[in-house]
Amino acid sequence: MSLQPLLEAGKFVVTAEVGPLKGTDTTEINEIAELLRGRVDAANVTDQQSSVMRLGSLATCHLLKEKGLDPVFQLTCRDRNRLALQSDLLSAHVLGIENVLAITGDLPALGDHPEAKPVYDLDSVQLLWVIKRLNEGYDMNGNELQGKPNFFPGAVVNPGADTEAAFELQLIKMEKKIEAGARFFQTQAVYDIDTFARFMKRVEGFNIPVLAGIIPLKSAGMARYMNKKVAGVFVPDELINKMAEAEDKAKTGIEIAANIIKELRDICHGVHIMAIGWEKKVPEVLDAAGL
Amino acid sequence: MIVSEQKPWEEILGGLDGDNSIFILGCNGCAEASGTGGPVQVKEMKSKLEAAGKKITGTMVIDFLCEKALVKSRLRPKTKDVEAADSILVMTCGIGVQAVSAAVNKVCHPACNTISLGGSRGEWKGKERCLECGDCLLDYTGGICPLTACTKGLINGACGGASNGKCELAPEKDCGWELIYERLKGLNQLDKLSRFIAPKDYSKMMPDVKTMATSLWALEQTS
Repeated sequence: MSLQPLLEAGKFVVTAEVGPLKGTDTTEINEIAELLRGRVDAANVTDQQSSVMRLGSLATCHLLKEKGLDPVFQLTCRDRNRLALQSDLLSAHVLGIENVLAITGDLPALGDHPEAKPVYDLDSVQLLWVIKRLNEGYDMNGNELQGKPNFFPGAVVNPGADTEAAFELQLIKMEKKIEAGARFFQTQAVYDIDTFARFMKRVEGFNIPVLAGIIPLKSAGMARYMNKKVAGVFVPDELINKMAEAEDKAKTGIEIAANIIKELRDICHGVHIMAIGWEKKVPEVLDAAGL
Repeated sequence: MIVSEQKPWEEILGGLDGDNSIFILGCNGCAEASGTGGPVQVKEMKSKLEAAGKKITGTMVIDFLCEKALVKSRLRPKTKDVEAADSILVMTCGIGVQAVSAAVNKVCHPACNTISLGGSRGEWKGKERCLECGDCLLDYTGGICPLTACTKGLINGACGGASNGKCELAPEKDCGWELIYERLKGLNQLDKLSRFIAPKDYSKMMPDVKTMATSLWALEQTS
């Protein structure tokens, strides 16, 4: 079953992130696809994440689809104007891709081509609206399409935004995204269950599935780095200490991730595992979480 | 020199919806030269708004609205009239609207769109920036331009990358959307953030053929 019917049936859904590499070697993607098939309900493919130039999300989604996975096509507004966004969406449908995650995209200045001209012709809310228009059989300027797609659009939200303004802005934008057509949300990484539970309480009335982000910790240093550098991520000291003291870091990181997943089962509608290089360990995380 | 044109009347009136008393501000600088916000246009606007049922608590034309200290000192004798108004209609470029919004604790509505001259500048230097987008959004964002205040130029809200109120690009840069949030909160206008802003017509950011056909433009290109 694909992502949409599973979410609509109220199943606790598991998605995992696949990050294409820089280059044309798809060996690892194929290996990861084999490991994930049957274990996750859908697999997101990142769109040149962190503004680092890599193999594209559209082609990689197609490879995953051929391997029997249900891909989630991550599409950012960073590199494409409205022509390219709409055209890539039509291409995605033709390749059998059903799920799209509409994202603003990191600034090019933070990646490996900082000289690039950022596009941001549309923002994520407008992109969701465009997807809705395409689904209705029209391009964004109202011209009729010959053959229309049938996308299941999703969006992202940062439940750990730190200031009052940032947090309220996230909620306001989340509502705008829902109005523009978002049918599910995937979040920034969650480590602090209480903060996330408060967020879920606030969005209860939105009646929309939320998949909590999970990033398995690899080391205490990684946790400290994310606390300092990644907006909305807060790893509590208790978990950092556990990682610092652990002899088998991988085992402990997987255990912590599994425990968070267990606690989230009653709070939200699924989890989205972003393994960042540890994709092959996702089945272990799921085993430990009893999924 | 910054060139502006008045927004369509329906859009100006729509922006003032719900506000009964208005204070009108014009500019003796570029807006007067553009024929969009000088003494003549302010007088015309006063009559038109009164005919539309609005109460005008006062008008003033200042040179230049892009200079916040000047705006504050010139408005001081008119404090009562400004305070009696529900909002201020600012008849000038995007920089002037932002400067007045920053200088006066009142909702400011832009009456003009700033037209692209293809990058030509020359205004009084302040921190307000205008991209001459030709379709001014300042009415929705508390008089802070999202195209220039937000590093990504997002117009439907924050990206989620800010940390402690600072932009993900640089820790010394404020998140433009958090500034907009705080401004609108202070003005009790947070509901404006819920509005969907349709994709912009970026073709308006190219100087139009008419501008490029002027003798001034030709002079600039050949000199």
